[in-house]
Amino acid sequence: MRGVTPTTAIGPRGSKPKRILSTRNIVVYGVLTVAAVYWVIPLYVMIVTSLKGLPEIRMGNIFAPPLQITFEPWVKAWDSACTGLSCEGLKVGFWNSVKILIPSTFISIAIASVNGYALSFWKFKGSEVFFTLLLLGAFIPYQVIIYPLVILLRELGLFASLGGIVLIHTVFGMPILTLLFRNYFASVPMELFKAARVDGAGFWRIFLQILLPMSLPIFVVALILQITGIWNDFFFGVIYAGTLNFPMTVQLNNIVNTTQGVKEYNVNMAATLLTGLLPLVVYFISGKLFVRGIAAGAVKG
Amino acid sequence: MSSVDIVDLHLSFGATKVLENLHLNVAEGEFLVLLGPSGCGKSTLLNCIAGLLDINDGQIFIGEHNVTWAEPKDRGIGMVFQSYALYPQMNVEKNLSFGLRVAGFSKAIIRQKVAEVAHILQIEDLLKRKPAALSGGQRQRVAIGRALVRDVGVFLFDEPLSNLDAKLRTDLRIELKRLHRKLGNTMIYVTHDQMEALTLADRIAVMKNGVIQQLDTPNGIYHRPKNRFVADFVGSPSMNLIQGTLFKQDEEWLFRMHSEATQDEQWVGISLTHYPFTAAPAVGQKVELGIRPEHVILTEKASNSVSSYLFLVDLVEPMGPDVVCWGSVAGEPFKVRVSADFVFKPDTTLMASFDLTRASIFDIETGGRI
Ligand SMILES: Nc1ncnc2c1ncn2[C@@H]1O[C@H](COP(=O)(O)OP(=O)(O)OP(=O)(O)O)[C@@H](O)[C@H]1O
Ligand SMILES: [Mg+2]
Repeated sequence: MRGVTPTTAIGPRGSKPKRILSTRNIVVYGVLTVAAVYWVIPLYVMIVTSLKGLPEIRMGNIFAPPLQITFEPWVKAWDSACTGLSCEGLKVGFWNSVKILIPSTFISIAIASVNGYALSFWKFKGSEVFFTLLLLGAFIPYQVIIYPLVILLRELGLFASLGGIVLIHTVFGMPILTLLFRNYFASVPMELFKAARVDGAGFWRIFLQILLPMSLPIFVVALILQITGIWNDFFFGVIYAGTLNFPMTVQLNNIVNTTQGVKEYNVNMAATLLTGLLPLVVYFISGKLFVRGIAAGAVKG
Repeated sequence: MSSVDIVDLHLSFGATKVLENLHLNVAEGEFLVLLGPSGCGKSTLLNCIAGLLDINDGQIFIGEHNVTWAEPKDRGIGMVFQSYALYPQMNVEKNLSFGLRVAGFSKAIIRQKVAEVAHILQIEDLLKRKPAALSGGQRQRVAIGRALVRDVGVFLFDEPLSNLDAKLRTDLRIELKRLHRKLGNTMIYVTHDQMEALTLADRIAVMKNGVIQQLDTPNGIYHRPKNRFVADFVGSPSMNLIQGTLFKQDEEWLFRMHSEATQDEQWVGISLTHYPFTAAPAVGQKVELGIRPEHVILTEKASNSVSSYLFLVDLVEPMGPDVVCWGSVAGEPFKVRVSADFVFKPDTTLMASFDLTRASIFDIETGGRI
């Protein structure tokens, strides 16, 4: 019957057409474009400047692309830029940062994941109090405990050493990481844990064989948080690491703020880009995983 | 195969007492169903038996052993959960063998046991799949399999079928019953679905607020409920309960409805001559007369029977094999279940007479059966 009478044949049919130039789209894309330009322009300026020679920079046109591309500033920033008296470039700081980053990230995530696991599955007397105290730790302003920590590290014999700075990063990462893991594990059904107990698995086996394999997203989140946080850290590095272990950020500061001679803008830009490279790469590689991990509470199995 | 004995069990979460002074004996090879409304403590009791909750007082025996302080794995139990609780990152085979691997069995034995169980449950084709790639029914079968491989005496089921659709639930229910017949293990099964309880159980324990109200065969629970709660909870549609008073005339016990008081003076109430009293009735005792919808006989005309009421039909609900008609007796809501051949005209009045040998009478104050 239908389709025979003209009235039903004429009416709307199929998916509803969408207007491309609606007010909503204009506003949304407009705002997004402005935001993107706002963030991208400084990056653009840095990149082109780092590829110019000093004479070209003095001409003053900062938005112009380089007339003659040179990688000299990059090489200099990495290899021979002067930080204070020594002129060995950023590479020393880079390796220092790596040496700080790897143990800090690994230790803090290992401890925090076990913490979060114990707090959500093996509740003990006072575990809630313990958790609250730990969270409180996240809200204490750093400034208050800088000096006491200096004394503490000195007493432990760890002040101005690699061990000291690793300990600091581990401790400061603990509250937020523990919270992250606890909340993730809290979304794992209790029955899974009970089933494993009936099957005879103990504390470590349940953690390693059952929970770890299903928690990859949250580990990626923790990894990103720690890598970027520790790599970008300046404050703890300058206070606790000691001159021999200054991380890349501190050395970058020393290069940029050198008062002698001419300001080598191209070298400074290259040095800054080099320092920011690792977090940038991490974000690009793991952006998708990161989002998935943040939303992981909703998806299981 | 082992029996389960629970002696004087107490459990509370902080200040809330969930189980108090609970005694329960489950015989070897018995299929016991714990039935009760949500939050009455069924899962809690099961978790106590499994050793997943630390009890406050009392003792638990499985077989000959006092397992009160034993770890879950040492109690000789297997457990099946409502959410299946399969290990999501392991395939079916690994799920089944996890417990055996933990216990350190040799590879050959593990392979043999897994194959055996997979055969019993017909999941041989699924062994290499991850749980996410299984249907609800298949997942449930794997969960049962995980309990089976461990070769234990007692199986604990916590609402294992409640996440499945109605058809599958019926199918798996029958499979479970077959399985029980084949294996002969002791099974304790938690559900709030009365059909499941009535069809599966050797005995049912009806629970309310952490107290076992009645422990009896499905027949006993359905036909001779011990109190008003059990009568009301079991049966769908539920039992008709009519408030009234007992009195005596010429050595004959009679029941008169409260709302009858204003009716004509000739009406004496219905005779309880055929009612099997289990406790001594008293004159003037306030009671509730319970009659199941299928134990009411409907007739077109007044049959002059002393035990019949006027029944005003108001809604008819066809259920397939039979029909439930909802209406009222003397202003009180009332339902009757009759065969599907019965033809109704809406808003008619019929005579309803009761089969008093199958009725129940409860004291209003205590709720206990008399
Ligand atoms: N961890 C807990 N802490 C505090 N109270 C709890 C806890 N677990 C259960 N309860 C309480 O104990 C009572 C019994 O819970 P239980 O899970 O045994 O109910 P149930 O009979 O299994 O119900 P359902 O049919 O909904 O599964 C409930 O009132 C519940 O609120
Ligand atoms: Mg429950």
